[in-house]
Amino acid sequence: MPSTRPRPARVLPGFSLSLGCALVYLSLLVLLPLSGLGFKASHLSLAEFWEIATGERALASYRVTFGASLLAALINALFGLVVAWVLVRYSFPGKRLIDALVDLPFALPTAVAGITLATLYSSNGWIGRHAEAFGVKVAFTPLGIVVALTFIGLPFVVRTLQPVIEDIEPEVEEAAASLGASRLQTFLRVVFPGLLPALLTGFTLAFSRSIGEYGSVIFIAGNMPLISEITPLLIISKLEQYDVVGATALAVVMLLISFVLLLAVNTLQWWAANRHHGSARPKAGGKP
Amino acid sequence: MTTAAIRRANSEPGWLRYLLLTLALGFLFFFLALPLLAVFVEALAAGWPAYRDALTDPEARSAIGLTLLVALCVLPGNILFGIAAAWAIAKFDFRGKSLLITLIDLPFAVSPVVVGLIFLLIFGAQGIFGPWLTAHGIKIVFALPAIIIVTMFITFPFVARELIPLMQSQGKDEEEAAISLGASGWQMFRRVTLPNIKWGLLYGVILANARAMGEFGAVSVVSGHIRGETNTLPLHVEILYNEYNAVGAFAAASVLALLALVTLAAKSIVEWRIRRETQMLAASLTPDRP
Repeated sequence: MPSTRPRPARVLPGFSLSLGCALVYLSLLVLLPLSGLGFKASHLSLAEFWEIATGERALASYRVTFGASLLAALINALFGLVVAWVLVRYSFPGKRLIDALVDLPFALPTAVAGITLATLYSSNGWIGRHAEAFGVKVAFTPLGIVVALTFIGLPFVVRTLQPVIEDIEPEVEEAAASLGASRLQTFLRVVFPGLLPALLTGFTLAFSRSIGEYGSVIFIAGNMPLISEITPLLIISKLEQYDVVGATALAVVMLLISFVLLLAVNTLQWWAANRHHGSARPKAGGKP
Repeated sequence: MTTAAIRRANSEPGWLRYLLLTLALGFLFFFLALPLLAVFVEALAAGWPAYRDALTDPEARSAIGLTLLVALCVLPGNILFGIAAAWAIAKFDFRGKSLLITLIDLPFAVSPVVVGLIFLLIFGAQGIFGPWLTAHGIKIVFALPAIIIVTMFITFPFVARELIPLMQSQGKDEEEAAISLGASGWQMFRRVTLPNIKWGLLYGVILANARAMGEFGAVSVVSGHIRGETNTLPLHVEILYNEYNAVGAFAAASVLALLALVTLAAKSIVEWRIRRETQMLAASLTPDRP
């Protein structure tokens, strides 16, 4: 930093104005509406709420939503690590183009992703045709949900890992190698522990996005109650049957889960930030 | 051990590099390239005239118009909020700052369907303000206002999230210099802050715009799907697809896919500009540490 001399506080103008604007906008658009959901839900007694939230169809929808999201986030954690590693460490033709393409799931509207994946994986689609030859049905089964959620969550792990891999100082790996560690040992004992917080952050981000995802899933899922019906879709079908109370109860459940996941992401990012600064020191190679 | 030997030990063996590269590119091919290609192939499956007809159809045109209108209404508010929030957070210290940052992230964590439902519960017929709105003949749900409001909620964090880290890293020396040299607050903002953040701002606006035009779940709950009136382009895609009109659905989808490609290209360019300006800035400053 160029200078560290003490300054009188708040030389700059506009603190009250900017903070005031931000708080008013945030309150009107986000906080008040969210508390409206709590207000509506408070008309329900706890017993009624529990009955709706643990109904057979609701429980089945949690199973589908969480199971598919978990599986998709795991696939993304594994392949995301490989993709991020390859994009940072290797050079190959078209690398910058491919790097830019990783953000496609952020930029492509979910409905477009949904109809495209459903078409690709249906029994006469480009991929579904070959999968069905092996007896694997993807579209209109829970497996289709996993495919859609893998697409949606793809950028999260790659984008959280990339800067961390870029920041690994070569000396650390060189030290490990010169002390006689094999490449695998260096990766597992030196590199991987430094990547773990970012990997977990990316995993949780992908998971949390998948839980609430609707647009890309409904086209490929088949949407059979108890089998391939995700919770957001159950909320919509309750609304379509004018069961506003039931939809509200399920929305509260989803909102609570979102808050828990948001908290988890923040904790992980805090951990990653601290851990990452600490891992710059070459501390491995202690054991052969 | 020689440097070359260490370097060799520091990279994966050839077969492993090949395997990892194949895995990564194969994964990206199946999950990114193939779907992207499929959108355009399906859209043009019945030939160019059918594609053109699908896009010039009055309902498609009204959907495109509505989508543009929604984005146009949503973005100015987001830009103002983004700059205000980033200014307060990046340039000042106050209690509850990290809580405020978390609250700004909130819309990313909430399911789009839940967002739609929340506004239905407030403005809908059985909602909190429903009876009052009906009595005064104001229509919000299943009409344009609700589509705009949910889109504002969904795209709320984008600009602020891009600007906060950028403005934090720039510090406040330049602005303080401007003020101490007698600039007014507005002059300082226009001459110093805005030129510094313009690429980051543009980046945030591009991302917010892509999301605003592509939002499906939240809009689908509050729009009512009235053809030619409250159908945005993503909803138009859904309706045509459910009617087994694949060419029409993919033609409309291809417009959105093009928008996504433009977004990615603009994002890459802006990222490149930011990186270059940071490098130039770093090069122009004399290092104060040996």
